Amino acid sequence: MSLLEVNDLRVSFARRNAWFRSRSADFVAVDGVSLAVAPDEIVGLVGESGSGKTTVARAIVGLVRPGSGAVLLDGVPLGPVGRRTTAQQRAAQMVFQDPRSSLSPRMTVTAIINEAWRTHPESAPPGDRTAALHRLLDDVGLDASVARHRADELSGGQCQRVSIARALAVRPRLLVCDEAVSALDVSVQAQILRLLVDLRERHHLAMLFISHDLGVVHQIADRIAVMRRGVVVEEGRTTDVLGAPRHEYTRSLLDAALELSTTDAQDRSGN
Amino acid sequence: MSRTRTPAEGAASPVPADATTGDPLLEVDGLVVDLPVAGGSVRVVDRVTFDIPPATTVGLIGESGSGKTMTANAVIGLLPNGAETGGELHWQGEDLLRASPARRRRLRGHEIAMIFQDPLAALNPTQTIGRQVGEILRRAGRPRADVRLRVLELLERAGIPEPAARMRSYPHEFSGGLRQRAMIALALAGSPALLLADEPTTALDVTVQARILRLLRSIQQDQGLAMLLVSHDLRVVAHVAHQVVVMYAGRVAERGPTTAVLARPAHPYTRALVESVPAVRTRTALAHPLPGTPATPANRPPGCAFHPRCPLAQDQCRTEEPEPRPVAPGRWAACHFAEELLQR
Ligand SMILES: Nc1ncnc2c1ncn2[C@@H]1O[C@H](COP(=O)(O)OP(=O)(O)O)[C@@H](O)[C@H]1O
Ligand SMILES: Nc1ncnc2c1ncn2[C@@H]1O[C@H](COP(=O)(O)OP(=O)(O)O)[C@@H](O)[C@H]1O
Ligand code: SF4
Ligand SMILES: [Mg+2]
Ligand SMILES: [Mg+2]
Repeated sequence: MSLLEVNDLRVSFARRNAWFRSRSADFVAVDGVSLAVAPDEIVGLVGESGSGKTTVARAIVGLVRPGSGAVLLDGVPLGPVGRRTTAQQRAAQMVFQDPRSSLSPRMTVTAIINEAWRTHPESAPPGDRTAALHRLLDDVGLDASVARHRADELSGGQCQRVSIARALAVRPRLLVCDEAVSALDVSVQAQILRLLVDLRERHHLAMLFISHDLGVVHQIADRIAVMRRGVVVEEGRTTDVLGAPRHEYTRSLLDAALELSTTDAQDRSGN
Repeated sequence: MSRTRTPAEGAASPVPADATTGDPLLEVDGLVVDLPVAGGSVRVVDRVTFDIPPATTVGLIGESGSGKTMTANAVIGLLPNGAETGGELHWQGEDLLRASPARRRRLRGHEIAMIFQDPLAALNPTQTIGRQVGEILRRAGRPRADVRLRVLELLERAGIPEPAARMRSYPHEFSGGLRQRAMIALALAGSPALLLADEPTTALDVTVQARILRLLRSIQQDQGLAMLLVSHDLRVVAHVAHQVVVMYAGRVAERGPTTAVLARPAHPYTRALVESVPAVRTRTALAHPLPGTPATPANRPPGCAFHPRCPLAQDQCRTEEPEPRPVAPGRWAACHFAEELLQR
């Protein structure tokens, strides 16, 4: 059975634009999206900006209320965040694009992790917290000495490791990574992608990995769903979707990405 | 996919891209930029050397903070207040670092133009696109009807549909891709010989990005423009540039013809960059990630700045800073073991 299921999800937003009167229809950001993530599986969600990827992620973790459709965990429908059991809340944790704004800059790493444990006391380690904290940091490839640093003293890559540690602190089963490596330099990006793959193995984590970068998703996803204007236009095994895209939109994304790929450019005679 | 074809055989590269023939348009020789910081200054560009031959695109690649923007800003003469420069910067033989402010202002837009990652910040929100693109022409005293025709031509060249209607639009009415096209039209208005493009497609979706790069490449070819393309994304630079300059912590790690450098890097950092590019056809970016984070000019390790992350570092690297030196025809690298790397 799937760990996560998203069934025919619809999310719309009231138009705030003053030019539209209150009568005008709401803006439909997600228009009937269905997805499934199995335990241990990494599913990539790709699409250009504005296609609705973040909105799907926020609906999964309960930050926006769907107009219709359902988000199910272990087959059990989840309500909005306030009506989820703590176990349900812990199960799906989100990692955001910009760790500098998702971490409080003046909090130390120790305080950030302690806060996660305070929010979900049942996930807090019994006994020695310091040892548990150091194990957690080690798990994400951070030195124990980082614990006493404030977030604003860390590099972008270190911040993203702390965000991942904060998510792992409550022992989730699913990570929802929203453009989690998009703001990182390419050498650091490779480290974080590698870390995510390793964590999946070590903790049997499933992931919904959202990115606008087809190349990045290709590196880590078992399956891919391609979104366009609130709709999943194509979904399948990564090798199938990228090897032989069936939808014209997927093909256009792939063509553009290939046009920019290093190996093609090395052979710059083609044009 | 053959890697042996030379760029000269292809439609994409009419230029021999050989810096050794003909006089370069721009010579950057030992360029230094010191920026003031609390309690002193930091050398953010350190002895950077490269040439831009006429009608050639040079790509400036490196991770954030490596000094790419400051190098481009030094060329166009727009450094932050209090910045100190050193070394040599020659524009068609003319000494730019010692030129008068008036002369540098005149160069800007007329001979050297620049486009940025965020066109919205560079465009005036209160003026129509047409007015802004025509500004430099009006200031040159061109008659109104002339200016209008030329603006239409420029907008069309930049791929803006319905230019006659669009010239009356304001920047906020344009999508990101159209804004970048407007910025390109504006940059071309002064008929520059060199276009500096600093992360011109970084904020754009990949399909738009591909179209803008195609546009830049065709303009470069049609008009015999020289271009300095600054990007943190190797894919972008590899796609467009004849030659590439790889920067690390304010210094040049390696430079040479793009094809040769990417196929057979002479610097371990270049090799790591190439290997960590997330490609849609190969799944190898995670195989050997570099440890650590990019060094910054303010925090440059002694010896070779790359040594804490370098898989090939030896004792020598911790103390002796390698100078860029010729390692193959048309190629320079700043690594003690560049020749060995090339031999592999
Ligand atoms: N809180 C909101 N209020 C109004 N519109 C929103 C809100 N969040 C997202 N949108 C709109 O919904 C669409 C999808 O956005 P998003 O899910 O962020 O896309 P993506 O993550 O794929 O870039 C966009 O057009 C966006 O402007
Ligand atoms: N106004 C400034 N004052 C002091 N340092 C700066 C300033 N602007 C940039 N820097 C520093 O200069 C270095 C080079 O910056 P930049 O040229 O913008 O890098 P890049 O474009 O390669 O990302 C960076 O380490 C950055 O922190
Ligand atoms: S000089 Fe040494 S540390 Fe620097 S890149 Fe070469 S091998 Fe690596
Ligand atoms: Mg998003
Ligand atoms: Mg920059």
